[in-house]
This record gives sequence, C-alpha cells and structure tokens, in this order.
Amino acid sequence: MSFSIIFDNWKLFLEGFVVTIQLVPLALFFGFFMALPLSVMRASSNPFLKWPTYSFTYFFRGTPLLVQVYLFYYGLAQFSIVKETILWSFFKDAYKVGLLSFSLNTAAYTTEIFRGAIERLPLGQIEAAKACGMGPLTRLRRIILPIALRKSIPSYGNEVIFMLHGSSICSLITIIDITGAARIVNSRYYGPVEAFFTAGVIYLCLTFCIVGIFKQLEKKFLSHIRR
Amino acid sequence: MKRQFKLLFLVMILGASFVSNGWAGSKKSADKVRIGVEGAYPPFSEVGKDGKMKGFDIDISYALCKEMGAECTLVKQDWDGIIPALLAKKYDAIIASMSITEKRKKKVAFTIKYYITPAKFVRKKGSGIEITKAGMKGKSVGVQSATIHDNYITGVYGKDVTIKRYGKQDEAYLDMKAGRIDLLLADSIALDDGFLKKPGGDAYEFVGPDLTEKKYFGEGAGIAIRKEDTELAGRFNKAIKAIRANGTYDKIQKKYFKFDIYGK
Amino acid sequence: MFNFLHGYGPSLLEGAFITVTLSVVSLLIATILGLITATMKLSKVRSLEIIGGIYTTVIRGIPDLVMMLLIFFGGQVLVNRVVQELGYDGYIDINPFIAGSMTIGLIYGAYLAETFRGAFLAVPVGQAEAAKACGMDSWTIFSRIMFPQMTRHALPSFGNNWLVLVKSTALVSVIGLEDVVRMSDLAGGSTHKPFNFWVACALIYLAITSVSNFIQSRLEDRYNVGHREEGR
Repeated sequence: MSFSIIFDNWKLFLEGFVVTIQLVPLALFFGFFMALPLSVMRASSNPFLKWPTYSFTYFFRGTPLLVQVYLFYYGLAQFSIVKETILWSFFKDAYKVGLLSFSLNTAAYTTEIFRGAIERLPLGQIEAAKACGMGPLTRLRRIILPIALRKSIPSYGNEVIFMLHGSSICSLITIIDITGAARIVNSRYYGPVEAFFTAGVIYLCLTFCIVGIFKQLEKKFLSHIRR
Repeated sequence: MKRQFKLLFLVMILGASFVSNGWAGSKKSADKVRIGVEGAYPPFSEVGKDGKMKGFDIDISYALCKEMGAECTLVKQDWDGIIPALLAKKYDAIIASMSITEKRKKKVAFTIKYYITPAKFVRKKGSGIEITKAGMKGKSVGVQSATIHDNYITGVYGKDVTIKRYGKQDEAYLDMKAGRIDLLLADSIALDDGFLKKPGGDAYEFVGPDLTEKKYFGEGAGIAIRKEDTELAGRFNKAIKAIRANGTYDKIQKKYFKFDIYGK
Repeated sequence: MFNFLHGYGPSLLEGAFITVTLSVVSLLIATILGLITATMKLSKVRSLEIIGGIYTTVIRGIPDLVMMLLIFFGGQVLVNRVVQELGYDGYIDINPFIAGSMTIGLIYGAYLAETFRGAFLAVPVGQAEAAKACGMDSWTIFSRIMFPQMTRHALPSFGNNWLVLVKSTALVSVIGLEDVVRMSDLAGGSTHKPFNFWVACALIYLAITSVSNFIQSRLEDRYNVGHREEGR
C-alpha cells in the first residue's frame, strides 16, 4: 500500500473538498428555507395545504437520493421542453442539477423534522399566545417556529450529516467532489484502498466538525430544557 | 451482568453460523476461469432486454473458454474499477475491449490483441467544430473515465477543453444527446454502432482523423491478466490464435461488423 | 406499460427482487451486529465499550458509498492476504451479493446498535428485578420480560433504519450488483429513454416503502397494546 498516489494528487482532493463544502451548505440553505413554509403547510389541517406537501415529502423520502439525482440529470434531459427552452441553461449544468436534487431532498426530510416539532408543541403555549392577542402570523413567527426550530436541533444535526454523506452521490454525475476525486485516483492509479480510505477520513473529520457545531448549538439553545 | 453474557453468547452463535454459510470458499482450479466484463459498451458488451449479457466481447469470451476447455463465469464490473477488481482477484481476466497500453502494463499483463480499431471524435451536424486546438477552445468533450480516450484528451487538449468524464460510455451518449457536451471521443466502432446508428444518432457525425497514436492508443484491445498468471495468459494467447484460424472469430465478427476489425 | 419500458419490464422486476432480498439479508446481518454491539456497549467492560464505541462512531461518520467502495475493493484484498497467510492456495470468492449485504449490514449494524441500546435502557430496571424475584432464570427474563418491551421501544427506530437501509441498497449498483437501480441504468442507457426507467425505478421504491410502512404500523399497534397513549 502506498499513499504517495494520494500526495501526488492532493490538488485533486483539495478541489473535491472545495466542491463538497460548497455544495452541501448551499443545498442545506435552500432546503432549510423551503422546509419552513412547507412544514407549516404539512402541519396544517387544511387538506389543500397538507396533501400536496405530504406527497412531496413522501416521494423524496421514499426513494433513494441516487435515483432522484439520475431522474433529474439524465431523465429530464429526454424532453424537448426541458432541452429546448430557457430551462436548459439550468439543467445543462451538472452542478446545478445536483444542487437542485440535494436541496429538494433535504427540504423533504427537514419538512418532516419541523412538522414533528410543530405538532409536538404543547397546546398551552399556543393558547397562551392567543390569550395575549397574537394573530396567527405573529404566533407562527414569535412562538411556534422559534420553539419548534430549537427542538429540532438534534434531529436536524443528523439530517446535516446525512446530506454530507449523500453528497458523495454527485460523483456519479460527473461532478468531482471528495468521492469523485477518490474514484479518479482509483481508476487511474489502481489504489482503491488508499483512495477511499483517504476520502473516508476526510468525511469523518467533516462529520466530527458538524457534530461539534451542533453540540454547541444544543448547549446554547436547549440548555434551559435539559434535564 | 449474567443476562447480558447469555445474550452475547446467543448472538455470537447466530452470527457465526450465518457467517460460515455466507463465505463460500472455492478452491482455485485450472479449468475454472472468471472473466470481468463491462456491460455498457455496445456493440461490444451490453445488457439485453432479458437481462443477459450480449455483444462482441461476450461472444469472444465464450468462444475462447470453449477453445481452452475451461468453465467460465462472467462477472460484471463498472469500468472505473475494472483493473482494481482484477488485482483484488474478483476475477481472473478482463475481456472488455481494453487497449494494451504501456501504462496499464505496469499493473497487469496482456495477451496478444484480439482486435484493433481507431478512435474518433463525434460532433453535432452543423456545429462546425474542427479538431484543432483553436477550434476546440472552450468546448466540452465527453469521454469515459480512465480510458485511452481520457488519457489522450487529457494529455493533448487538456488545457484547451473542458473534459467531462463518465463512468459508462452510455452516459456520455446520453449527455451528448442532451447537449451538455460538444464533442465525444471514443472508439470509432463503439461510436458508430452504439450512438450514430441508434435512433436520433443521425443528427451527429464523425469529425477529424482516425486516431491511432501508439503512445496513447496502444496496440489494440487485449485480455488483461494478473502479472503472476503467466500460464493463463499463454492459454488465452493460444486460444485467440486458434479461433482466428478455425473460423470461429470470423463467424462472431460477421454477427456485428461488416468489415474485419482484427486489423493487420 | 410495456411500450413505456421497451420490453425491459421483466428484468426491472428481477432487479426489484434482488433489491428486496438484499435488503432483507442485510437487515438480518445488521440486526445481529447491532445486538452484539449494543451488548458490548452495555457490558460495563471497558475494552468492549471502547471497541463498540469506535465501530459506531467511525461507521456513522463515513458515507455509505465510500464505505461500500472501500470494503468491496479493500475487503477483498484483506481477505486474500489473510488466506495467503494461512497457507491456503487459492482465494475466497466473495460475490457482489455477499459483499453488498455484508457492507450494508456492517453500516446499519452501527445504527441499530444505538436503537437496541436505547430500547434496553428504556425498560425500567425494576421489571427485570421483579422477574428475578419471581424465580425466572435469565433466559426467561430476557424472552418473556425484556424482549417484548424492548421491541416496543425499538420498533419505530428499527422501522426507520429499515427504510434508510432499503434506499441505501441503491448504491450496490455501483459495485456491479444487478439490483433495480442498475437494471434501470442499463436499460435507460440502451434505449436512450432514461426518464421512463428512472420513474419506474422510483415507483418500485415507493411501493417497497409503502408496504413497509403498512407492516410497521401494524406491528407497532400490536406491541403497543396496553400503552396506547404513550406509544403514539
């Protein structure tokens, strides 16, 4: 086993690293802001709000991310409506398609996390807000979302890690992320153990960072309800 | 404490019995050969509607095995892991249109070639792209990752073009059709049968010369074997010569091509 | 329908069958590994706790895809070396199905270990003590008292892990197993109609998910008898 093939290709791994740490936060950002309204809709009792969001989360949580990425990347390019209109300037770019599928995927999971937190909100809190004369929007903004989001921190931390790991799939649609770099090194220099071991260690470090960040967040926002 | 150990014990027995069933040990015997093939490289190797492998490489594999009197099993493996998996002994030989190059020879041994065909570029009709450094500047070229075509485009035009590397040749075709790439570089036969002659392929055409530069394109397609398996390489060499001589090769070749792909 | 799939329908179904069998076998391996690891972590033997801890942390920190590629290639090299050291002239052939189910089992064993550990801790100590006082031996305590109650606590998380596991079998297509994803990929490549096959593939996964959800909710109902409010 020789790790010299890794050192000789450190630039490739660095490029891959940059792609991963750009793609994942961007997808999480879009996913988060899609999930906020979606989770409120999903938790509502109005069937016209509830069922469309439920179908959305059911599809994206019920199928593998890999299949979604392929469906968006190769699947949609089959149609002239995508290929010959303004849409193509978006779908032409593998990076943007990857970002789109990752964002929708994490939006679906995040929606369910937030919805769970909203539904578990103690009824008394909402009643108290009503009694104070708050309107529905104010209640949402000042009571429901702040409490629900805080309670979601631990499960959202898991989702962030899942997204980091899921992002390795973009290496299958010509994007060179950390896994993509490892695959190139493996296929060119035939050192699978060295290549994937290195990738694994990088992901492990990133995972530890995320765990650390969320520990701090929990400390800051959840210490008042800790037993 | 005691309870936990009992549980552990039970679980270990269960685990051990399962593992011992799962690991099928098989002793290496001379007349059993496992061959690594690809499956996404028409007309040389592809998966048919019935889920079975077909194509020139597949037919050649079976013909060679018959000639050697060996019992063969085909093992499917994606291209970018095809040599690592040979080295890891997942199979004993690769019959997947692999070109014999100096770089690969450092890791594996090759038999004599079993065919040779030139590489070529494909462009969209009317795009007017010329195969020169100036004509290709800023264009994107799709190749299969870790192939001779990848090495050539990286080595010769690497600074002028954007290279898109795909795991499977079929995926590069899909992206050419989608318009995500401007040029394809691959084996001329594979491009002709797998892309240009397929529905919708008539909107594309070959461009530029036949590429055969030995430094990049090697000496034709051979069978890759682990370096220590010299005996197997000898048997394959003999079998290639035999099916060339007894007409089996020509019969297979006629199924797929109108001309002789064996070369000189 | 058949035109939509250009005659590749049957091979897609064969792929789906592989996906399901692979998932079930992987779940079995994961359950066994999960139980072993949970036991190690609960054992109060320091070295066992540490080993269990390293296993769950490392596995859960690395993407499935990378893990799969590493084990598929690296695992074989390792096995070859061990076999050679033992003086056995030959190789141990690990086919993709076994490699795939071992890998997925290894990954999800780490997740299930946490599920089982949590479930074990969720059963009040008094229950086991009371059973002991009634004169039950330790096996009876486990099978009659602990197991049914652990199951109730473990079911929701176990079900979730199953669903995630099924989806992660999609990645075995990368190591050459002919599951539903690989069949869709190949069929889409051959026919140049990838959309049709990826939609079909997604529907097959949705069907598996829906059936699993149904079974899970039935099981939860059964094990929640007597705990209606709490279980919901």
